[in-house]
Amino acid sequence: MTDAILPPPKKDPQKRTRTQTLPSGLRSRAALGLTAAAAEGRFMLQVCGECGALQYPPRDACSTCLSTDLPWRDIDPAGELIAETTVRTSTNTYFRERTPWRVGTVRLDAGPSVMCHVHGDAPRGGRVRIINRLDKSGQGVLYALPPEGTPHMEDDPQLREITADPKFRRVLITDARSENAVALAEAFAKAGASIIFIGEPEGWRPYPHRAALEAIPNVQIVPLDVTDTASVTELAGEIGGKTDILVNNARFVRPGGIMDRGDTVFARDEMEVNYLGLMRLAQSFGPAMRGRGADGDNSAAAWVNILSVYAYSNMPAFGAFSASNAAAYSLSQCLRAEMRPGGVRVMNVYTGPTDDAWHQPLPPPKVAPAALARAIVSGLKDGLEDVFVGDVAKDLIERWRAGAKVLEREMSETDGGGA
Amino acid sequence: MNVHATDPSALLGNLAEALATGAIEVVDLTHTLDQDFPVIVLPPEFGQCARFRMEEVSAYDHRGPAWKWHNFTCSEHTGTHFDAPSHWISGRDVPNGSVDEIPAERFIGPVCVIDCSEGAAADEDFELTPEVIEAWEAEHGRIPAESWVLMRTDWSKRRGAAYLNMREDGAHSPGPTPAAIRLLVDERGIRGFGTETVGTDAGQGSHYTPPYPAHFYLHGAGRYGLQCLNNLDRLPPTGAMLIATPLKIKNGTGSPLRVVALVPGRT
Ligand SMILES: [Zn+2]
Repeated sequence: MTDAILPPPKKDPQKRTRTQTLPSGLRSRAALGLTAAAAEGRFMLQVCGECGALQYPPRDACSTCLSTDLPWRDIDPAGELIAETTVRTSTNTYFRERTPWRVGTVRLDAGPSVMCHVHGDAPRGGRVRIINRLDKSGQGVLYALPPEGTPHMEDDPQLREITADPKFRRVLITDARSENAVALAEAFAKAGASIIFIGEPEGWRPYPHRAALEAIPNVQIVPLDVTDTASVTELAGEIGGKTDILVNNARFVRPGGIMDRGDTVFARDEMEVNYLGLMRLAQSFGPAMRGRGADGDNSAAAWVNILSVYAYSNMPAFGAFSASNAAAYSLSQCLRAEMRPGGVRVMNVYTGPTDDAWHQPLPPPKVAPAALARAIVSGLKDGLEDVFVGDVAKDLIERWRAGAKVLEREMSETDGGGA
Repeated sequence: MNVHATDPSALLGNLAEALATGAIEVVDLTHTLDQDFPVIVLPPEFGQCARFRMEEVSAYDHRGPAWKWHNFTCSEHTGTHFDAPSHWISGRDVPNGSVDEIPAERFIGPVCVIDCSEGAAADEDFELTPEVIEAWEAEHGRIPAESWVLMRTDWSKRRGAAYLNMREDGAHSPGPTPAAIRLLVDERGIRGFGTETVGTDAGQGSHYTPPYPAHFYLHGAGRYGLQCLNNLDRLPPTGAMLIATPLKIKNGTGSPLRVVALVPGRT
């Protein structure tokens, strides 16, 4: 079993914050397929389209028949740990700072043997399951875990390097007024977050669930309006250095596209909140978080954006809202690139219509606040970069990957082509 | 000082001297334009009043080495602001109905202040009625034509959520009844009406007939509104001069502005 981590001590103000070092540089383009799969926490390998041979490591041509038709497929993660060792020194600064580090070889039931990092509870010579996750440099890496859960297994130091577990971490959730705020705060409290800051815009007007928020353990309501640069800057000055996970929950949603609105007033609000709000938060909180990626058990770990899945393909009934989310999606990629040197993950959680007042006339299925909160917390625990929550979002991304132009045409039907 | 001077140059000279000596004082009736100052809140499917926002363009740095400046955004109706007749549907066709068309001399005029602070302290939905106006006139004389009338409630001293005082059935704040506004507009011929609350109408003003009677009657008759005023407790009931000059916005329906009053000095 794993030693449970303890609540981190208060920081020694005389000690320099440890700089994030990174495990490795860029890999081949073929190997980035593993990274793309890891972003969603999927264990995928290439399978030859001609002869069906399973490929490992990733390559440009089939090891059996030289075909270049090598699509990535989800692979059975079960296998056996046939060799393992504990590295006690390394020429790589990242690993040298983190030894001992367990590595090994797993023979997959599906065929090939793979090199992987090994969880402390994975039995030598025993059954394991492989997960594919992003390491601190954002590369897909394989980890062997015990086949079943073990006590405190999430506290394994090697595993915690690739996850953004909220346990003992300090979380900032923006937009207390949003209907999601209570479910998010409850989920983070349950996941063991030590402080849950909730940013409250416009304290000068009431909202129904304020008392419910205050009743959640470890919640602190703080003034924050993502449309107000001064308020974002001020809060970042106060708590930026102890924000380990930031969940940007602020969204401005209105139905309508271009011609049925006839003005740019709501469109500007959508951009102010959904796009520039992200920009303001990132400019104020980003630098401090990026500087604290290796700051102990409560290091800065993740930045979470809640985005509409219609960032990928416009839903005309919410056309202007979709466009603002496309802008935010693009900006999140920039944020990811800028956060990467600090080892802070940017996790985008894509949702279809949510169960709130603005989507009230839409038919189900809709994503309830509790489902969204669950997806966010489990995504952080798994160390994911892209999470698609609910059937609508999962279906849409599949159709987008199959053919973005075909999907665009489907979306132009009034019902969003089944969305 | 010759208070009976009639020569205009002498009058202005006397005024300048009185301002310099403090014989006439300037009272600032304006709230600071602040990101957190409440604005009117409408049902969310309607367009909303933009909050005051400010972005730093440079601050003696690489973005502009020797100067600091900001871009700011807001509504015509954010903060202490002026309502022009074209703000309301009843005033859409009145001549000179937008802020850029209003003759400049209309921005300076005498002001009567009706103290409703006791009533508003006891009842957050306190109504300014014809009876209240007539009782004020019995003490201070008839409201002169072309004067501003300000309803003092001390509401400007409220902070945070207490200012809009929103509940599930809407905002609760004092304001005039339809009959009171008709009295002021039709019978007294006032130039404009001002309040300390977020609008010239009561928080529950949508429930009168017509809804929002101050907006409806004032602007329909080409009169002006002032709201979110401050420091009305520093004005005398009569005898002060109000200076309220909105920005000259083309076709503007209102404008944030600095409102000041000239009052007799305490010395
Ligand atoms: Zn092959």
